[in-house]
Amino acid sequence: MAKTADLDVAYVAKLARINLTEAETQLFQKQLGSVLEYVEKLRGVDVSQVEASAHAVPMFDVFREDEPRDWFTAKEALSNAPRQANNLFIVTKVIE
Amino acid sequence: MSYITTIGLEVHVQLKTRSKMFCACPVEFGAEPNSHTCPTCLGLPGALPVMNHEAVRMTVITGLMLGCDIAPTSKFDRKNYFYPDMPKNYQISQYDMPLCENGSVPLHDLAYPKDAQKTIATPDKEVHLVRIHLEEDVAKSFHFESSTGIDFNRAGTPLMEIVTQPAINSPEEAFAFLTSLKQLLIYGAVSDADMEKGQLRCDCNVSVRPEAQAELGAKIEIKNMNSISGVRRALAYEIQRQTGALERGEKLRQETRGWDDAIGETFLMRTKESAHDYRYFPDPDLVPVKSEMLLEEARARIPELPRAKRTRFVEQYQVSSYDADVLADDLELARYFETAANGAKKPKNVANWILNDLQSALSSASKTISDCPIPPEALDELVNLIESGKISGKQAKEVFAEMFASGKPATKIVKEKGIEQLSDTGEIEAFCDQAITANPKPAADFKAGNAASLNFLKGQVMKLSKGKANPQLAGEILERKLKG
Ligand SMILES: [Zn+2]
Repeated sequence: MAKTADLDVAYVAKLARINLTEAETQLFQKQLGSVLEYVEKLRGVDVSQVEASAHAVPMFDVFREDEPRDWFTAKEALSNAPRQANNLFIVTKVIE
Repeated sequence: MSYITTIGLEVHVQLKTRSKMFCACPVEFGAEPNSHTCPTCLGLPGALPVMNHEAVRMTVITGLMLGCDIAPTSKFDRKNYFYPDMPKNYQISQYDMPLCENGSVPLHDLAYPKDAQKTIATPDKEVHLVRIHLEEDVAKSFHFESSTGIDFNRAGTPLMEIVTQPAINSPEEAFAFLTSLKQLLIYGAVSDADMEKGQLRCDCNVSVRPEAQAELGAKIEIKNMNSISGVRRALAYEIQRQTGALERGEKLRQETRGWDDAIGETFLMRTKESAHDYRYFPDPDLVPVKSEMLLEEARARIPELPRAKRTRFVEQYQVSSYDADVLADDLELARYFETAANGAKKPKNVANWILNDLQSALSSASKTISDCPIPPEALDELVNLIESGKISGKQAKEVFAEMFASGKPATKIVKEKGIEQLSDTGEIEAFCDQAITANPKPAADFKAGNAASLNFLKGQVMKLSKGKANPQLAGEILERKLKG
């Protein structure tokens, strides 16, 4: 479990592409810090008898068969798009 | 100074399922943009992913074909990044519990570029793999002058990522690896692996270091290659660029570069400082996968692999090992051969017709074996006509050309053209008698020991029969008559 000091709000904000002011960064650092502190309580639980698992419920293999079906038309898919052209969602130019 | 090149590949392969990985939208290349979308693949709030059983099976099939260890339990994770081709702001992938680990791809001689097949540095090399995991493909971006357009039809297509050990030592080996891998994927019917359609995509990690240096050089990644020959060219360029830099005493740094196929150069995309930090964590929307049942289903679907097919062709059909290599190299060609050779008296002759006349006719007509105008059974019939002496080898070429052009069966063409070879011994005997009577001198010469005179008489028999007599038979009969 992460320690409060491990949380670098400025860095996480950068990864999430959120612009924070210095004041916001400090505020969130403090607030999220206390959330993490609360979660720290889990460290106190004895889990030596619990088998490690990848999921909260012991359930496996939930599949669907490979049968295609239609859902949205292009028009429906684009109905919330702020910008569109030629059936494409138009976004700010991004090239990596 | 000499340098050592180390190459590792990350290959992305689109599985040929009918529907997407986590939703039931159809997978179709070239459809109207955004017409194969739903709340799940558009990342709308509240939509939940459900795993495509067949995609997981196909990944296990691939793992088994490549000799991987299949994980008893596997899970899916979220790979977080912010980019418009991924509307959820994370891609569902596998981080620390991939479906397959280890395994290898054998590099066959014919998988190397044609111009490099005579100078293979490590014959029978096997390139070892790190892992194969399953994930979802991202949307396709179209970059315009001042904006980017996004098509989500591709988003969510099942995608396998196959990662090799840094165990490839030349651009030619990388070429051979991709060719061999593509062949196996096609054999296993898990992907069409068409690079032009983006069904097989490849990122290369390449580093160069002086021979005396133990640790690897700076890892440089090349992206955006859309053909196997492009991968070879990009690597050759990059090795030369890195070697040149090292020789000038420059220090190389870890970076990502793009490949411009038109110019034939790589260019800087980003340096290590801006490397991603994906913050992987298990996807709570998906439960883990146990492979026990999958393994059983997958094992039943493992096809005969190229290596086994080559060996069997040599044993079962007595073709040369080179011919077996060429036939097994292309699954469609191998199927064609087996259908044609089934029941043939000399399958070797069928193989010869396929590998010589048929292949060259196909290539000059810009066709492939899948749209070959001559069905395999019809080719077998032609070969049988020659073997039974009904037509000569020379006539067969003429019949073959007509078959290829018109698609008509050989027997019909032979009848229409009246080119059936005369193999009726009685009729040929009559022509032989006629030839001997009309040409007493050459007949006497042959009897006196002049072997060449027989050819003259044979020519006369051919003339009398209007070219229809089986020349071999005519020769035998003449010889018998003159000697007897
Ligand atoms: Zn969908």
